[in-house]
Amino acid sequence: MRNNSLLEKMNQHVVVLKDVFFAYNSSTVLENVNLTIKEGEFASIVGPNGGGKSTLLKLLLGLLHPNSGELQVFGKPPEKTRRRIGYMPQHAQFDVQFPVTVMEIVLMGRLGYTLGGRYSKKDRLIAERSLEEVNMAGLAKRSFSDLSGGQRQRVLIARALCCEPDLLLLDEPTANIDPEVEEALFEILKSLNKRMTIMLATHDVGFVSQSVKSVICVNRCVVVHPTSELSGEIIKDIYGGEVCMIRHDHRCSAEGHEND
Amino acid sequence: MIEFVNAFFDPDNAFLRIAIYVATLSSISFGIIGTYVVTRRISYLAGAISHCVFGGIGAGLYIQKEVGISWFEPMYGAVISAIMAAIIIGLVSLYARQREDTVIGALWAVGMAAGLIFVDLTPGYFDITSYLFGDILLISMKDLWMVVFLDVLVVAVSIYFYNILLAVCFDQEFAGLRGVYSGAFYILLLCLTSLTIVLLVRVVGIVMVIALLTLPAAVAGQFSRRLWQMMVLAVIFCMIFNWTGLALSYSLNLSSGPTIIIIAGITYIAVISFSRIFHRIKQKSS
Repeated sequence: MRNNSLLEKMNQHVVVLKDVFFAYNSSTVLENVNLTIKEGEFASIVGPNGGGKSTLLKLLLGLLHPNSGELQVFGKPPEKTRRRIGYMPQHAQFDVQFPVTVMEIVLMGRLGYTLGGRYSKKDRLIAERSLEEVNMAGLAKRSFSDLSGGQRQRVLIARALCCEPDLLLLDEPTANIDPEVEEALFEILKSLNKRMTIMLATHDVGFVSQSVKSVICVNRCVVVHPTSELSGEIIKDIYGGEVCMIRHDHRCSAEGHEND
Repeated sequence: MIEFVNAFFDPDNAFLRIAIYVATLSSISFGIIGTYVVTRRISYLAGAISHCVFGGIGAGLYIQKEVGISWFEPMYGAVISAIMAAIIIGLVSLYARQREDTVIGALWAVGMAAGLIFVDLTPGYFDITSYLFGDILLISMKDLWMVVFLDVLVVAVSIYFYNILLAVCFDQEFAGLRGVYSGAFYILLLCLTSLTIVLLVRVVGIVMVIALLTLPAAVAGQFSRRLWQMMVLAVIFCMIFNWTGLALSYSLNLSSGPTIIIIAGITYIAVISFSRIFHRIKQKSS
């Protein structure tokens, strides 16, 4: 009995898109999108700038509405399930001079649960725990403007975690950060993936292959690939031009290629 | 300066005392609302609202003198037009993102033009420069009470909704996703901004009101790590600018509004330059 319900839970579709079509005024951004994301998935949304990655995330949040087609998150229209979603927007949109502390930002994740925006002790505990999860516990009192790019990303992820989400949506979490920081970030996401579904948008495909389970390729159309299938041919299709794939399972030395 | 202090206590100079009280008390609203305007980056919207206020003043004059409703003072027209402008501009910036700047630019100029047309249509001569550039001689006891009322309202709203307004200014979209009526709070903020502008038009005038709204907050922002710190400092800076501006304009026989703005502007440039130099030195030494 118990196993059955667990199995049911495992196969539950977190996100379902059926024949979704979206256009800003007259320019088509997404057409004929069919997509299902299962619980526990770690999906990377890749594609060129302006290909529709952020639009796809905003559709899932109910910030934008499809012109036609059906869209469900946790089996309901997205507006009704927003509370179960933790969202990290692109960090370039933030004013770095804004006078706000790390803790204040993370607590914003609790706003939906407060009356008139007053935070309880429990809210603060959840915020502290979220900061611990992204290894930022010691920086709660720091000013947002004093942080590095990678730290700001992690604060915004902590804010999304503070919503106690079942689905985590991240828009370009790796933009403008160092490769080492990026790797650390993926370690964090990998451990979070044990208890929540993750979808993240990124414009580079190279590195995701390691921890990501499937890749959603977005450039007007949407195609899903398991990570192992991602070949040069597919990437060429997504980007519409000749690009080289970087293989991360591969080391170069002065003598030649180790893995060949 | 001593001359100014003597003038302040001179029983014949009641107007100067009222001006000082209004300048001091209005700094509370100005510092707090100015902080929101600067951090939410809506000084352009505030500029449009202040020019729409002139349309309301013109309409008020017309209604009072030409239509003959004598109790309808220009200030009532100003309040109505300011609130209307705040709501329209708020809705435009929420829902018409692509053409936002065009619409707001148009409202800016149309508001001003409507005011001038109304003044033309009203018989008699009116010195509109006092509305455009401020005139402390026009400030009455009634203005003082209105400023007190506005201060209480602004302080109450910004304390009660501190966390929500912080979230709406920092990331409105996210606040909305968490179930906050972020659009409504944004328009509330614009309405408070418009009321603040109306009351302060007396001191510095429509054209310069934006500077007195943003400069104290911008200076305060250089020294603040929290939003409330920025508000407190902005209030203090606004008071200092008003006092020194009024004192200087009185002793040098200059217009008070422009003097206040020049002092605020010079302070802002000085603070920005010093903080740049300070950061350079700090970077080099570390």
